[in-house]
This record gives sequence, C-alpha cells and structure tokens, in this order.
Amino acid sequence: MAQATPFPQDRTCPYHPPTGYRPLSEQGPLNRVTLYDDTEAWLVTGHAEAQALLTDPRLSADRQNPAFPLIARRFELSRREPIALLGVDDPLHNKQRRTLIPTFGVKRVAAMRPRIQRVVDELLDAVVAQGPPVELVAAFALPVPSIVICELLGVPYADHDFFEDASRRILRSATAQESDAGRLELMDYLGDLVDRKAKAAHGDPAGARAAAPAADATPEGVLDELVRDRLSDGTLDREELVRLALILLVAGHETTANMISLGTFTLLEHPDQLGALRADPELTRDAVEELLRYLSIADGLVRVATEDIEVAGQTIRADDGVILSSATVNRDATVYSDADDLDVRRNARHHLAFGFGIHQCLGQNLARAELEIALHSLLTRLPDLRLAVPAHELRMKPGDTIQGLVELPVTWGRG
Amino acid sequence: MRVTIDTDVCIGAGQCVLTAPEVFTQDDDGFSALLPGCEDGTGDPMVREAARACPVRAITIQDQGAERTGGGG
Repeated sequence: MAQATPFPQDRTCPYHPPTGYRPLSEQGPLNRVTLYDDTEAWLVTGHAEAQALLTDPRLSADRQNPAFPLIARRFELSRREPIALLGVDDPLHNKQRRTLIPTFGVKRVAAMRPRIQRVVDELLDAVVAQGPPVELVAAFALPVPSIVICELLGVPYADHDFFEDASRRILRSATAQESDAGRLELMDYLGDLVDRKAKAAHGDPAGARAAAPAADATPEGVLDELVRDRLSDGTLDREELVRLALILLVAGHETTANMISLGTFTLLEHPDQLGALRADPELTRDAVEELLRYLSIADGLVRVATEDIEVAGQTIRADDGVILSSATVNRDATVYSDADDLDVRRNARHHLAFGFGIHQCLGQNLARAELEIALHSLLTRLPDLRLAVPAHELRMKPGDTIQGLVELPVTWGRG
Repeated sequence: MRVTIDTDVCIGAGQCVLTAPEVFTQDDDGFSALLPGCEDGTGDPMVREAARACPVRAITIQDQGAERTGGGG
C-alpha cells in the first residue's frame, strides 16, 4: 500500500498551499495523511465537508485528549496543561469565550480604529524617516498588531522583545522542551502582571506602586477588567486568566503580523491587483477578505473525533485525528471560481481563514481593522513601494507553523 | 420571512453584521441582534448569506409558507 501523503508540508510559493496537497484535493475531500511521528490522520480539503465537520460536536479541540493528533514535535508537551479557548471544548470553552465577546465585538473594534490609525501612522513616519531600504516585518508588520494588542490587554509594550521572542519559541521551536520553556516564561510573566493588576484593583498601595514603577505606568486594559470583574466573582481563577492572557497575546500579534507582511508581498507580486486597489481604495475591505482567503496563514485546524462520523462516504472513527487544511479548502473550485487567482474584486465570503464553528477566531474583527488600516496606509504613504531583494531570496516560515515571511526588505523612491 | 437569532448559541463572531449590516447589529455585549424593524429581513438578499456565514448556525430564517405550515409560527 502506498504511503499516505505527509502533513504538514512546506510551501514552495509563499502565497500558495503546498503543491504536495494538490493531489489530495483532486482525489476527494477527505484523505489520509502521515504526521511527523508516523501516525495517520484525516486531512479535510473540501469546503462543504470542512464546514460540516467544524460545526459537528463530535469533533473535539481538547488538546489534553491522548488521541489528539500532534502535527509537530514541539507540541509533545502540550497535553500537560489545558490551552485556553482554542484547546478546550464547550461548556468550558463557552464560559471562557463569553468573558471576552464584548471586548472583540464589532462596536468596540470600530471605536479602536482611530487609535489603530495613529499607531500605523507613527510607525510609517519612522519608516519614512529611516529611509529605504527597510525590513518591513520588524519596522511595521510586527509592531502594528503588537502595540494594538498590548494596549487592548493592558500589557506594557516596553516588554515586547521578551514576549515576541517567547511567542516565536512557542510557535516555531524544533523541540517540545524549547517550546514549553517559552510557554512557561510567558506564563510567569503574565502571572506577575495579573498579580500586580489584582493588587492595584484592591487598592494595595504596594501593588499600585509595583504596577506603576516609573513614569511609564502599566497600562490599563482588558486584563484589568477581567481581574476586576471575573477573578473577583469566581468566573475565572488565576491560572485560567493567565492562560487566556497568553492565548490573546500570542494570537493577537503573530497572525496579523504575518498577514500584513505576506499580504504586502502578495500584492507587490500581483501588480494588476495592486493597481486596482491603488486606483480604488474603496476596494480595501474586499482586498483584505480576498487576501485572508488566498493566504490562509493558519493552515491546519486540528481536532480529534470523539465518536464515529460519516462524511463524504468515509467513516471517521472515534479517536481518529482530523486536520482541516484551510488553505486548500479556501481554494475549493466548487466555491470560488478561478480559486488560484488573486482577485481583490472577488467578494470572498465564506472562507475559512478564521476557522468555522465555535472556535472561529475571537479577534477576527480586530484583525480585519488592523489589516485594512495597515495595508491602505502603507500603500498610500509609499506609492512606489517595491521589493528590495529578488522575490526568490525571501525566506518562508516552515509548513508546521503560522505561514509567512521571515523578513520583507522593501524600498521606495530612488532607494 | 422571519429572522430569529439564538443568542445562547451566538459567539459574537460578527459575520452577520459584516455580511448584512442593514439588518444585523451587535448589542453592547457583542451578541448578534436585529436592527429595529428588521425582524422580517426587510427583503435584503444578504440575509440568507448572513445566516450561511454564521459559524455556529445561530440564525434561523423561516419563510412565510413554512410559518403557516408550522401552525402560524
């Protein structure tokens, strides 16, 4: 019997799904794949099947289930402790999510737009002042979401070198020990922060001083609200709050940063689409939605079946691992015409870039706002933006983590 | 047509507001709600798209015919 296709695979083009997945989607919507440890799982590549499965309560997101499939060695210690929100099932998931729904609602995000615009403008001022060439990931794509999530949560941005590095180790380390060490350091850091906020909330002068060690006071944010409202009434305990803070901080900057840099690169590589967007900035919203579909940077939503499930003429057995390839699903030709073409005028609805079902991305509206403002402002401010190195020299992140570019050197003007 | 939202199921993803902003809004807690006078969907063709876009199937659309069959709904 032929060996099943390996998953995950590295992309060969930054904006296309791995070419190795193509034969699978041509065979059918559900196929067997082999993981790094030689275990097998199902890979779902059909849009209808993916939506049906992601709304099926017989699929579990519980990372502590011994049958939960691991897609990389670094996750081997991930069963030790629960992962808030994205790694737990209802009713626990629902309780955690409900504490955060108001924060990420459409109205709260709309109210944040002017502040996001100022953050973007100030970073672009610095980029222009520095002059070309500039490495856009470090100078723009990463700090935009990093500053925004810090201000939203009430985490001091001054600590960004630390938590960006810890996040990188959690998401990209080769070994489970390195990844877990990053997680523990970040848990310790956020635990201290939560304790300082709790002391400040109780009017403890020592706590208040610790929370404001200098003129640069620890900013107030959602973590302060959670400490005040949810810790005190027992909805969340300290450990759960710290785990939630970790997920929000990591997910809040890594994903959007990759979308800003990879989205910029993808537009630069499609001059007709970039031209259409420059000619009609009203297209920005549609362009962002299309880039979300086209790039699908969080490729590989992982679940485990808790009961047998019949789908597409196959039987997923209880304890089988199920992985949904959002990048492949979002190229399903039965849903999107010319699915492999970037088309900023396409009304790219119903894509799975943010997932589907109860775990659909909590921060999706904030991400949309950041992407719209960042891309529009960047293209307006630097009308002749272009790559500073040949496209083939750009390094891509490996297939087993959030997809994107390691660096994006750009130039403009006569640079 | 009659549009109903199960707010016990809603996760505040905002897909309905994004898809059919003339019909759907979010309340101050971030949960889906119908704009005043929009209980019948106002004939907006995007209402069905909004129901389809809901990641947790919290939006139900009852057509008048089905409502009658259902005993006046």
